[in-house]
This record gives sequence, C-alpha cells and structure tokens, in this order.
Amino acid sequence: MSAQRRGARPGDRPGLPGLLKGLATTARTLSRPTHTAEYPDTKPALPPRSRGVIALTEENCTSCMLCARECPDWCIYIDSHKETLPATTEGGRERQRNVLDRFAIDFSLCMYCGICIEVCPFDALHWSPEFEYAEIDIRDLLHEKDRLGQWMQTVPPPPALDPRSADPAEVAAANRPPRAGGLRERPAPRSARAAKTAAAEAPSATAAQEEAES
Amino acid sequence: MTVLEVVIRTVAVLAAFLVLPLLVGQTEHKVMAHMQGRLGPMYAGGFHGWAQLVADGVKFVQKEDVVPVAADRWVFRLAPGVALVPYLVAMSVIPLAPNLVGADVDAGALFVVALAGIGILGTLMAGWSSANKYSLLGAMRSAAQLLSYELPIVLSVASVALAAGTLSLSGIVREWSWWWLVWQLPGAVVFLVAALAELQRPPFDMPVADSEIVFGPYTEYTGLRFAFFLLSEYAGIVLMSLLFAVLFLGGWRGPWADSVGWLWTLLKGFAIAVLIVWLRVAWPRLREDQLQRLAWIWLVPIAIAQLALTGVGVVLIG
Repeated sequence: MSAQRRGARPGDRPGLPGLLKGLATTARTLSRPTHTAEYPDTKPALPPRSRGVIALTEENCTSCMLCARECPDWCIYIDSHKETLPATTEGGRERQRNVLDRFAIDFSLCMYCGICIEVCPFDALHWSPEFEYAEIDIRDLLHEKDRLGQWMQTVPPPPALDPRSADPAEVAAANRPPRAGGLRERPAPRSARAAKTAAAEAPSATAAQEEAES
Repeated sequence: MTVLEVVIRTVAVLAAFLVLPLLVGQTEHKVMAHMQGRLGPMYAGGFHGWAQLVADGVKFVQKEDVVPVAADRWVFRLAPGVALVPYLVAMSVIPLAPNLVGADVDAGALFVVALAGIGILGTLMAGWSSANKYSLLGAMRSAAQLLSYELPIVLSVASVALAAGTLSLSGIVREWSWWWLVWQLPGAVVFLVAALAELQRPPFDMPVADSEIVFGPYTEYTGLRFAFFLLSEYAGIVLMSLLFAVLFLGGWRGPWADSVGWLWTLLKGFAIAVLIVWLRVAWPRLREDQLQRLAWIWLVPIAIAQLALTGVGVVLIG
C-alpha cells in the first residue's frame, strides 16, 4: 500500500476517506446550481466599464489627431480637410475649421488599451460594452465612422459619483460662494476712464509726489 | 410457446435493449454534467437535450465506415457484433417481475455471467485486428482485466446462488429476504467492483483510457461500428445494474410488488446505474498494477470469505 501513497501530500489521509470525499464533493456539486452561462440564449451580465468596442461621437471630433498619434499600434485612421467659413459680420474675418472626412479604427489591430479614449480632449471617443462584432474576414474589422457612430447608442451613462466624493469641477465652480463683499463691490477694472478720474480726484497727491522726486 | 409469443418476447427484449442503454447514457450525460457544475446537452430535442443520444446515433450512421489496410478485415468487422450480441442475449433472461422475463432459464445466473464474459471477447478481437499498437495495448489490458475480475464475479454470484439454493434468477428473488442485504453485503461490494472492471468503466477503464492509449481497442473504429461498441458499454451497465438488483437487492420485491414489481426491478437497477455514473465522476483511473493488486489481494479473498460465510449460514439455517 505504501507504493500507492507515495504521491500523497503530508496532510492528506490516503485511501478510503479520500474516495468518500470525492463522492461527497460531486454529490454536493450536483445539488447546487450550475455555473453554465447559456450565452447566446441569455446575454451575459457585463461589469460596468466593460471594454467592448470604441464608439465615436463625430460632432465632438476636431480632427486633432491626438488619438491617432497616441495609439500604440497605430490602428486609428483620420483624414480631414480645412474649410473656410465666411465672416458672420460685415467686415469680419473669415474663419477656418477642420472637417472630418474619415475616422476609422482597425479592430483587428486594436488592443483595447483605451489610450485614445483617455487622450481625447473633447470626449469624442467612448467605451461601449458591445462585443458581438466578429467577422469572417479579418479585413472586415476595419470600421468606419458611421459604424463607430452607431455604437454610441450602446454607451452607458457615466457611473454615478461616490456618495461623499467631491463635486465635478464645473458644478463646484458654479456653486462656489461669492467672495466677501460680493461681486458688485469688487474693484473696477483699471480702464482708461477710471485712471483719469483717479488723477482728477487726487491732483495734490500727484503734485506732492512730483515735488518729492525733484 | 407459440411462434407469435416468441416474436413478441424477442421484440420486447430488443426494444428494452435499445431504449434502456440510451436512458442510462442520457442520465450519465446529465448527472455527470451537473456533478461538474455544467448543464450538459440542452438543445437536441428541445427539452433539456433529451434527444442528444438519438442525434449522436444519426451522426454515427452518417459517418464513413473505415477499415484500416493492415487490419484483419473479418475479425475487425465482426468485433462490434461480438461485443454487442452477448449483452442482448443476456438481457433476455433477466426477470423484471415473476412472469415478466424474456426467457426463464433454469441456470440464469450462470448463463448471464458466461455471456458477460463473451462480451470482453469483442474488445479483444477489436484490439488484435486493428493493427494498431494502442489497440493491442488496450486489448492486452482488457484481457488481464478479464482474467482477474471474472473470478470475483463468479464467486460472489455463487454465494448468492448458494444462499438461495438455485441458479435461476427468478428463484433467487423468490428466496430473497431483507436480511440478505447484510448477510451478502461483502459479496455485493465485490460484485459491484468486479462488474465495474468487467465493463471497463472508470475507475477501471485502463483498456480504453483515452488519455493514455487513445481509446485503446476502439482507436481505429468509426461510424456505426464505433457506436455499437459504445452501445455495448451502456448495455453492459444496464445488464450489470439489473443483475445486481436481482441478485442482491431483491429484484421486484417491495410495496405493491404484485402490480408494480417490474417497476421496482427497474428502479433498483437504475439506482445502481446512477451509482456507476457517480463513481466515474468522482474517482480517478487506477493504474494497471493497482487493479491487479486490488483484484487478487482484496476482492478474491473477500469473495471466498463471503462464500464460506454463506455456506455456514445455509448449514445453520437448514
């Protein structure tokens, strides 16, 4: 029997108790609910902030190229051109703005690091939990901006802040109490007129200063 | 016995032979899955995959029947039949109720044990004729297993037959009374272990060990012939479970035995089949030498001691 027990760990009791333990464990598992996720029939309960696919809000994009340049495997393609807008007022200056022609992400290259989403200064890119976009051909994984835009509908609202966390910066600024004395009584900005009146009110002081300097 | 009666009995036994193994197989699918925290088949047939084995059968029928070039053709083709038919014939003498039996043979116990031994011959033939070293290894293991486990089976059956004073399976159930559960307990345990080994079921599945010798004797088989081997395995489980119920658990005896006796036999047999599945899930495979050791150091002496105990008991009572 010693030959059979050679593989046992020191704490184990070999032989019959182990066999009974095996029977007990399988019987206990039989009596409990299974762990199987019946995926195509029931959708999986994904955790918040799941990284399924990257969605694009085209209106927010300024073609600044930050995402494309930060992408570690260069899977973002952006084409844009400049458009000249006529002046809105007579005699005004013409304005130029960027117009996005093409925004594409190659999901066969993307490694889902999320850096593009982090660096976007205008919140044009978002994580969507949608993950069912497999293709037969790997080349079909290059998705253009219309497809990326469709995924915006699946982007969940941002998670609520923790109960005791600080307010977001915008809210905090709006709710900040006015300074002592109130806004109205702040010293007026130093304009030309203000300087003139100040000089008129205290001519003697200026004269005294000039005297002292001479 | 008229010709019509013979035909009806044959068809009934054949139907039982085709349905009961599928029932056990489906039970194995589901019980094993749930013991491992899975669901098992869920799609075939709609309701919890009840038709999974029917679908498997259809799949096997569609597959090509390949015979290796180097194979011993006739032996290779004959082997699944040799494995399957003995269990079919043995099934016909198992009594479900006093008058519900395919053919009431006087020496039924001997008949069944002899036929179950022939079933192994199919595995041996398959292993030898496949011209494959894994198959040959499996066949050798199978032969070694047959040699060491026929003896404990025969001895434990002999013990029950001695206690009942008859070799007839119906006669054994008629003589049976509840305290045999204790009196014949060692023999029952020996019979169950040896039956597992004879069926090549885990933890004694070294002949077909898929992770060691690629399903052993069945490596070269495809399609329907492979399915026949699988069917013979499950038919063997049905046969051994029913035989255990008849020999050691009192067959049709139980409340309302006059009306639903056949149900009692089937229920007891089904419980044993579930136990066989349970052992497969819970226990790892033994090594070949461990198996021989278990057979000759434990099972044979216990079976002989049981036979002696039974003899003493019979003399004291008689």
